[in-house]
Order: sequence, then C-alpha cells, then structure tokens
Amino acid sequence: MPSDFFLPDPEGQVPTTAGYFGAFGGKFIPEALVAAVDEVAAEYEKAKADPSFAAELDDLMVNYTGRPSALTEVPRFAEHAGGARVFLKREDLNHTGSHKINNVLGQALLTKRMGKTRVIAETGAGQHGVATATACALFGLECTIYMGEVDTERQALNVARMRMLGAEVVAVRSGSRTLKDAINEAFRDWVANVDRTHYLFGTVAGPHPFPALVRDFHRVIGVEARRQILERAGRLPDAALACVGGGSNAIGLFHAFLPDAGVRLVGCEPGGHGVETGEHAATLTQGTPGILHGSRSYVLQDEDGQITEPYSISAGLDYPGIGPEHSYLKDTGRAEYRAVTDDDAMQALRLLSRTEGIIPAIESAHALAGALEVGRELGPDGLLLVNLSGRGDKDMDTAARYFGLYDEGVAK
Amino acid sequence: MTGTIGLLNDVLAGARAENRAALVGYLPAGFPTVDDGVRAMTAMIEGGCDIVEVGLPHSDPVLDGPVIQTADDIALRGGVRIADVIRTVGEVHRATGAPILCMTYWNPVDHYGAERFAADLAAAGGAGCILPDLPVEESDAWRKAAEQHGLATVFVVAPSSRDERLAKITAAGSGFVYAASLMGVTGTRESVGREAQDLVRRTRAVTELPVCVGLGVSDAAQAAEVAGFADGVIVGSAFVKRLLDAPDPDSGLAAVRALAGDLAAGVRRHG
Repeated sequence: MPSDFFLPDPEGQVPTTAGYFGAFGGKFIPEALVAAVDEVAAEYEKAKADPSFAAELDDLMVNYTGRPSALTEVPRFAEHAGGARVFLKREDLNHTGSHKINNVLGQALLTKRMGKTRVIAETGAGQHGVATATACALFGLECTIYMGEVDTERQALNVARMRMLGAEVVAVRSGSRTLKDAINEAFRDWVANVDRTHYLFGTVAGPHPFPALVRDFHRVIGVEARRQILERAGRLPDAALACVGGGSNAIGLFHAFLPDAGVRLVGCEPGGHGVETGEHAATLTQGTPGILHGSRSYVLQDEDGQITEPYSISAGLDYPGIGPEHSYLKDTGRAEYRAVTDDDAMQALRLLSRTEGIIPAIESAHALAGALEVGRELGPDGLLLVNLSGRGDKDMDTAARYFGLYDEGVAK
Repeated sequence: MTGTIGLLNDVLAGARAENRAALVGYLPAGFPTVDDGVRAMTAMIEGGCDIVEVGLPHSDPVLDGPVIQTADDIALRGGVRIADVIRTVGEVHRATGAPILCMTYWNPVDHYGAERFAADLAAAGGAGCILPDLPVEESDAWRKAAEQHGLATVFVVAPSSRDERLAKITAAGSGFVYAASLMGVTGTRESVGREAQDLVRRTRAVTELPVCVGLGVSDAAQAAEVAGFADGVIVGSAFVKRLLDAPDPDSGLAAVRALAGDLAAGVRRHG
C-alpha cells in the first residue's frame, strides 16, 4: 500500500549521486564524517525500499502528529491582501507546533534503524529542538540540542520545553551566537561522538543526503495542500508562499507545485532592518555562492569568503546560508525570493492574530507579509496559498516587547 | 616562482634519513597580530620545528576546538585578510628557509579562486595546502591548480576511514598524509590513543607518502610516543595556548620557542 505521508524521490527532481541540484549541493565534509554521512545515505535508501518504514511513519503522522494538517481560509486577513483569496496550510497545528516534526520523526526512525542511541541537533527558534527532544522522548534516545546563546534568550520558552522533555540544551557562545554557530558546535560534537550519535539535521541544507532527505520528509506539506486547495477553491493557487531560513518548510510546500508552471513559488527571506542597512539574513537575494555547513549554495560572505553575521528578529530565519535546492530554484527562475523586513513581518503577525484568531510564529509571519504584497499585486481574482509553518507561542516575549503589550513593571 | 613541494619532500626525507620523525608546528596567521604571528612562527622553526602550517583563520572553524577558535577570533577581529596570510607564509619561509604550508577551510580558497590562491601561495614560496573540509571527491579543481604551481595537497585521513578510502585519498594527495589521531576537533588531549597507531599502519599499507599524526599532541612525551610509529608529529593547539597564556609578546615568543625545543627533543627520543 502506498504511503500517504512519505513521498520520497519525486520524478525528475532528485539530486545527482554526488548530491547536486544543478551547481549547488555536494558534500563538503571532513574525512572523519564521511563514513557517518554515507551510513545515513545508505540507511535512507534501505528505508525507502522497506514498506514497514513508511507504514511506521504513516502511523506516527496520523496518530501522533495529527496529519493531515488543516487548510484554513482567512477572509478577514485577505481583505488586507488586495481582496485575493488566501488559504493557510496549518503546519502550526502539528504536534509540537510547527512543520519540523515531519522531518524529525522520519530521521528518528532512521536513527533507530542505524542502532544509534544518541541524537544531537541544532536549533534556531527552538522548534526543531523541541521536535527533536519530543521524538527522543518518544523513542528513548539520549538528546543534546545546540542553540546559540542569543536564541536561548529570545526563545526561552522553547528552552524550557526541551528541558522538560529530557533534552540537554547547550547554549553556544561562539561567533554570532545564533543558528550558524549552533550548527558548527553540533558538527564538532558529531565528529567526536559519531559512533553512537546521529546528527538530526533540521533543515534542507548540510551535506548530501540531508537536503534531499529532509525535503522528502516535508514534501507531505505541499502534496496535502495541493489536494486540499483543489478541493476547496477548485483550482491551483496563483502563488504559494513560505518563509525561508534554511528553507525546509518552503521546499516542503513548493515541491508538489514544481511541475505546475502557473503556480508562482515565492520564498520570503528575513530582511531584518532592511537589506540596505546590511542587517539582514536575506541569503538568496543578497548572497553569493559559497560553501557553508557541507554544501555549496548561496551564502552571506565577505570578499575573503568569511561568513558574515546575519540578523533577523526571527531566530529561526537568522541564518547566512540556504538549502542548495533553493539556490537551484532561484537560478533556474522556477522560484522567486523576496526580502521581508522585521517590521513588515511583525505587522503581519499582529494582523493575522486580530483578524483570524491565529497567532503565527515570527518566521511564518514573513510569509504572511509576503502574501499581503503578492495579493495586492494580483488583485481580487488572486488565489494564494501560504504555509503557516509554526505557531507563535514561543514569540510572545519578543512580540510583547515589540508592541508594548506588557504592563508597566512586568517588562524587564 | 613555483611552490616548494620539493623542499617539503626533502625535509621529510631528511628526517627519515636521520631515523626520526619530522616536527610540524601550526599557528594561525594574524594571531595575535600579523607581525607577531610571523615572529612566533619563525621562533617555532628556530626552536626545532621542521615545517610550519600557517592557518588562514575562518569565521566558521567547524573542525577546531576552543583554543584555535579563540585565536581565529582574535585574528579575524584584528582584520586579518588572505593577503596577510600569504605575506606570513612568504616572510616565514624567507626568514627560515623552511617549507611552509597553508591550512584552512575550503570556502575562503574557493571564493578567492583556487587557481589564484595557488598562484599567490606559490609565489610567496609556500609548499602546499591542507584543506580538511575538502573531500577528495570535490578536490579536482584545487589539485590541478596545486600541481601546476608546485604545491602539495595534503589530505586528512581519520580513524573512521576505511581501507579503500585510504587508498583513494592517498593516491590523490602529495607531500604527506595528515592522520587525525582521534575522532574529534583540534585541541590538546591527555593521551594519544591506539587509534592513531592503527591508522598509521593502515595508511602506510596503501601509500609511500610520509604519514604525519596530528590532533591532541601537546608535549614531548606524546611527541616521542607518536614519533615511534609515524613519520611526523603535528602540534597546533599547544603552541596557540602558549601565546594565549603569555602575559606579553616576548614571553609568548620564548614559550613557543621552548615548546618547539621540547617537542624537537621528543621526536628524536623514540625507539
């Protein structure tokens, strides 16, 4: 029986055996990790050929995660988007509150198959960390999460959630003390403990096979959404939008629509204080090709190839790299990417909260802000699909400070 | 001017002829400043190192432990540029006549341009390059440039490398093979494990290249132990730590020179 939720190897869209999507991807890793990365690739190939793997994942997706996730039309929000119809793919309703659980459960099953007993992961906003800690609790795996110190402060709720779930959370104090540095530290741990440890990579970047593997576990987002919007709206959307940090929720949404030439695929990057200020993490619109964290893709770097420090109000998007398949989609023109500022994202966050009773994650709010722009460009005949990749509970401290929601004396 | 791979080969052969291991020292360029770095590397050679690896500091040193991360941070915050690294290689080579390699991550070289980097390194008198995150499968462009400019391409092998990979890697490399003594990042360790000896044995079975062991070696006793089974001993973090811990530049130089002397005695003591 074919799987409902595990949809690997889309026809014509697999990377080369060396892990390339066009000029992007590959496997730039130290020799000490070659055997481990090859083991992940080999185990994944075996899992794809084993119906019991898909069956176990399907069961978890339905009975643990709560898939399929809802598709919600948001007419009061859409009034601000030029009158276009807007549908939200509700990945925020998944168990743990974001799309991250899709990939985590898949890789946790791979970890068990490889006989490894310990999992490490990086996290920015903490959503991947929470999902990983959750899966480790579920499967009885030891769990260490690396998180930049800046992010442990702005996402303190998620730090508490991970610790409640039994994970060790390590605050990383090197470099910019954000997601990039958390990944560096996770790689250092992996090199030293690779025998019994799986690095449960959280986005569609990293060395081959991670960009394809993580994508495959998230393809369910777009496959479900495509079916749902055809049922509800009677046609394909004019545009599908998602936020991009490393790019996992966006690739998950976009993939099912790649063959649908009439559907614009729009990735919304963190524009921070505005790309003209230099304080942003808009890798695809402002970066150049380079190598970071094991693959060739667009990166933010200086003329000596040093990675520059990114900035975004959103911890989950505050990353100077991007998954290689997005670089490929950008260069081929199949997807388009635009930068959304902190301020526009925060306004969209409040607008969705007050018009629809849905508080989105700041990450996802970047896609919502993009939808407001694209909706106005399309006008009242437009039909938009937006991936609401996560819920905003974790961001309430940041939002309360931004909008002045705390009573006097409460705010620190 | 062509690179000095020949000099590197001669120095390694010379150590072998003396029935001892070669001593390879590492420091990042620009640490604590470009000029003080040149002085420290020169002191390493004068103290007894045969070969120096000049680190090109990188913003994301995923294979380095806290000691070298700290030094890289200091160098980058001090504004060190690739041109300064090339200048460091040239000045240390001219001052000492020793073979000088560059060690860095792939992105700075790739972004600078492999051909341009090889040409500039060779023009400065460099002997080769170690690029630990550039796997052999992705190394064609670099190796072509290196060969053309008389530079060695030193690959790293690890305890996890299977024998067939060791053969493939060493067949593509030149100069020497860098055998990582353990699974982990750079930094000093209490002991160098049996893993290193096993890796050297397996590497020697597939190549004629000298095999030098790095990661974790910090004192004369460890150097002597490694010299008992390897062609070279590579020491990095221990030198960096001497400079980090020094109250002033002069005592840092003295400490680096003294450590080089201790280690040089160590690599002659084995057997």
